[in-house]
Amino acid sequence: MDEEIGCPDPPSWIYQEDFDRTLMDILIYGLINSVALALMALGFALVYGISRVPNFAHGALYVVCGFITWSLLCTLRLNYLVSILMAMAITGVIGALIYQFVLIRVRGMAISEIIASYAVGLAILEALRWGGFKGMTYTLPVFVEGSISIMDIPVDLHRVVAVGIGGAVVAFLWLFTHHTKMGLALRGMAQDERAALMLGIDSDIMALVAMTFGSVLAGLAAVVLLPLGNIVVEAGYNVLILAISVCIVGGLGSWMGAVLAAFIIGFAQILTVVYWGAHFQMVVALLAIILTLILRPSGLFGRQKELEERV
Amino acid sequence: MSRQPILEVQDVTKAFGGILALNRVSFEVHEGEILGIIGPNGSGKTTLINCITGFIKMTSGRVFFRGKDITGKAAHKIADMGVTRTFQIMRPYYSLPAYKNLVIPLFSPRAKRTGGWRGGGKLGDRNTVGIDILEEIGFERDSFVPYKIASTLPTGYLKRLELARCLALRPEIIMCDEVFSGLSMSEIASMVPLIERLQMDGITVIMIEHRLRELFQVTNRVMVLNFGEKLMEGTPEEVMTDGKVQEAYFGSQKVEEVMTYA
Amino acid sequence: MAEDRRKERLDRGIKVRTDGIYALMSKRELAYLTLPRLVLIVGMLILPLVLPSMYWQRVISIVCLYALLALSFDFLAHFVGLVSLGGAFFIGVGGYLAAILNTTFGLPPLLTIPVATVLGATICTLLLFPCLPLRGVYFAIVTLMYPLVMGRIIEALDILGGTDGIMGVESFANPWVEQYFVISMVLVFLFGVRRLVNLDIGLVLRAVMDNDQAVRASGMSITRYKAVAVWVASCMGCLAGACLVHIYMWAGISLFALDFSILPIAATVIGGGGTLVGPVLGCFILVPISELLRAFGTLRIAFYAIILVAFIVLRSEGLMVYGRRKYHQFERWVQV
Repeated sequence: MDEEIGCPDPPSWIYQEDFDRTLMDILIYGLINSVALALMALGFALVYGISRVPNFAHGALYVVCGFITWSLLCTLRLNYLVSILMAMAITGVIGALIYQFVLIRVRGMAISEIIASYAVGLAILEALRWGGFKGMTYTLPVFVEGSISIMDIPVDLHRVVAVGIGGAVVAFLWLFTHHTKMGLALRGMAQDERAALMLGIDSDIMALVAMTFGSVLAGLAAVVLLPLGNIVVEAGYNVLILAISVCIVGGLGSWMGAVLAAFIIGFAQILTVVYWGAHFQMVVALLAIILTLILRPSGLFGRQKELEERV
Repeated sequence: MSRQPILEVQDVTKAFGGILALNRVSFEVHEGEILGIIGPNGSGKTTLINCITGFIKMTSGRVFFRGKDITGKAAHKIADMGVTRTFQIMRPYYSLPAYKNLVIPLFSPRAKRTGGWRGGGKLGDRNTVGIDILEEIGFERDSFVPYKIASTLPTGYLKRLELARCLALRPEIIMCDEVFSGLSMSEIASMVPLIERLQMDGITVIMIEHRLRELFQVTNRVMVLNFGEKLMEGTPEEVMTDGKVQEAYFGSQKVEEVMTYA
Repeated sequence: MAEDRRKERLDRGIKVRTDGIYALMSKRELAYLTLPRLVLIVGMLILPLVLPSMYWQRVISIVCLYALLALSFDFLAHFVGLVSLGGAFFIGVGGYLAAILNTTFGLPPLLTIPVATVLGATICTLLLFPCLPLRGVYFAIVTLMYPLVMGRIIEALDILGGTDGIMGVESFANPWVEQYFVISMVLVFLFGVRRLVNLDIGLVLRAVMDNDQAVRASGMSITRYKAVAVWVASCMGCLAGACLVHIYMWAGISLFALDFSILPIAATVIGGGGTLVGPVLGCFILVPISELLRAFGTLRIAFYAIILVAFIVLRSEGLMVYGRRKYHQFERWVQV
């Protein structure tokens, strides 16, 4: 089962060591898990935040990128870095195609967008399950072999690299949306689509750009996180659930909210793993959604304060 | 006669992010009177209705209905108590015939309790009660008008339909959001007796209006809002001759000059 | 000027005469109204007689169960405005409940099915309650998630039989009872829901869908009416689930499979949303095809998904909507 992306089974000695060690373990692996969740969620958050399109094919794009990377690497024997970059680019193109041929026709009708993108994602995932993955397990090699010791806790170097990449992505996003023309335009659209339209920003092109970016991010998350486990189709559904949970808890449309929510859910998951068992992780995600909807439906930083329609 | 006001609004404030749509607005309404609320566009009149009736959560302030604190209650609960409102952007059930539009409010708990407008007893068949209400409100009974699909009705009828939907609940207060807007002079002329009839039936009416001349025909107490703040309240003469009000509406032109062109 | 004609659609005379408040004047008008319904009822009732082989018996039963799900989807989506992306949730809850009632408490199918239906509907409504006051989008998201997560929970906690499921569930007394029961359930709910949406409460539900601010302004709680609608829809789903476990004599995680979520949506889109009959018809088309596609494994889900996308993107109206239009109206070209 591929639920433990970024979150390994806790080593059996964790319950025998003294409290300090346990705390450190939780902190470190909590951080890793949180960054992993943030990576998974940012693609979805980006697309929704900018164009209000809920891209329920997000999970499918994640798996597709992993699969393409594997194919390029193992079947065509290309260089790993080249495979990764090409796969991410192809995933971006697939996302753009999904928008251009399917989502654009149902633009504005929220429910139809969900159904259409979900159906596309399903078609991709189930087609992959049938035609793509047969027989042996598929894995991607880690970026860097070996592990280091942080505060006496062994951590795979790849996980360290993953955290680094995650942090870099968040920083890059922040800089991009605050300091470049394109980024500011995207933010403008996120805040007020009609005003942006009046300023001459074409909403369809922005949505296309957002969808492409979001798909590339999904692909990035895949290439960073999949080496920690196997490439299985189930991961597509898991990623979708986790991404939606993070975005709802953080507030649909808020990127910083998504990052914060990723940490909340990430640490909640680690604590659950430590104290209850590894299989409760999805339950935590679902509980997080339900709790958010009951207590504070707009999420942590949600901009939609009035979730019922405006009068 | 120092009776408790039927509606007390205290220091209602509503901020949308950095913008103060309403700033400590307070006023009282006594049972059976008609209060007019006027002010230039954007002064927060509709926001005020939304806050009082629970469609928007106010940032601070309190609202009391018959002494009971209704601040923050859900919109449907406030309507259930008898504080009803119409919508400035009309919201009839467009695909239904006019009389079916009334079936829905007649389905509400309040209508069941009170028997609907002029009901008194058991509610009876909602379709016929709906037609009765429409007749009260000015739809000609023997014509086909009550049976027309709402989307085909002209604005005058739709405004009446909005009021009818409130009446189906046997309300204690109706807050009318610009019922005269979009109507021709003759349509307004026929609406005025309707408003007066509401008052005669014991309903307290609060009217947000732009059509000052017609408003002053039905009421003698008016409150002025500007940029979310209450400027003053008083009789129409007091209000129209007040310098601040004139400045809010017209810059510094005189009211009489403008009224001659209206 | 290339095209100076346009298509004009007029209601047929007989429809105008028989529509709304009317008095039937002739046998022909009576037939116009009742014939389609009779064809449907009679057709469904004689189906088990016409196709008696064991294979078709199973298919007919499964078609009817999917029809119940599709009915519940259509009702919620087009008459209340709530899109349920997880019909499997109802199947699973109803199914597991029936299985437990039967194996642990020893109740016969005659009792487990009604109890599982009502109790299951209540449980489902409670679990869906948090998203009812919110916009429809949240209902879609939550219904999508529940079946995906439920399966994982059962597997992880190894409760309710875990991956093996609950075995040894009683079956129906005999195949005829099984088939006629589910067929009659479909007919009952089809005509029942149609009746419901024409009652006053149906109007309120449609009002909730179109114009919920006005409903709130009339002193009615939107959440409560949505809950009622969800309860009714879950009844249909849980009923289907309960019947399913008695047919297969087994309850397992596959009750939460994507088939049960996606096929009803595809059937509704093909058959025509908002007609209630259309989704049932869509099931009659899709389920036999899906049985044929069993060899391809989960690819059939991709198949439904692609059909779904095609219909949505092409904005096709669906078979029954098209059929209804043809039956009630005629078209002709007129000069502009």
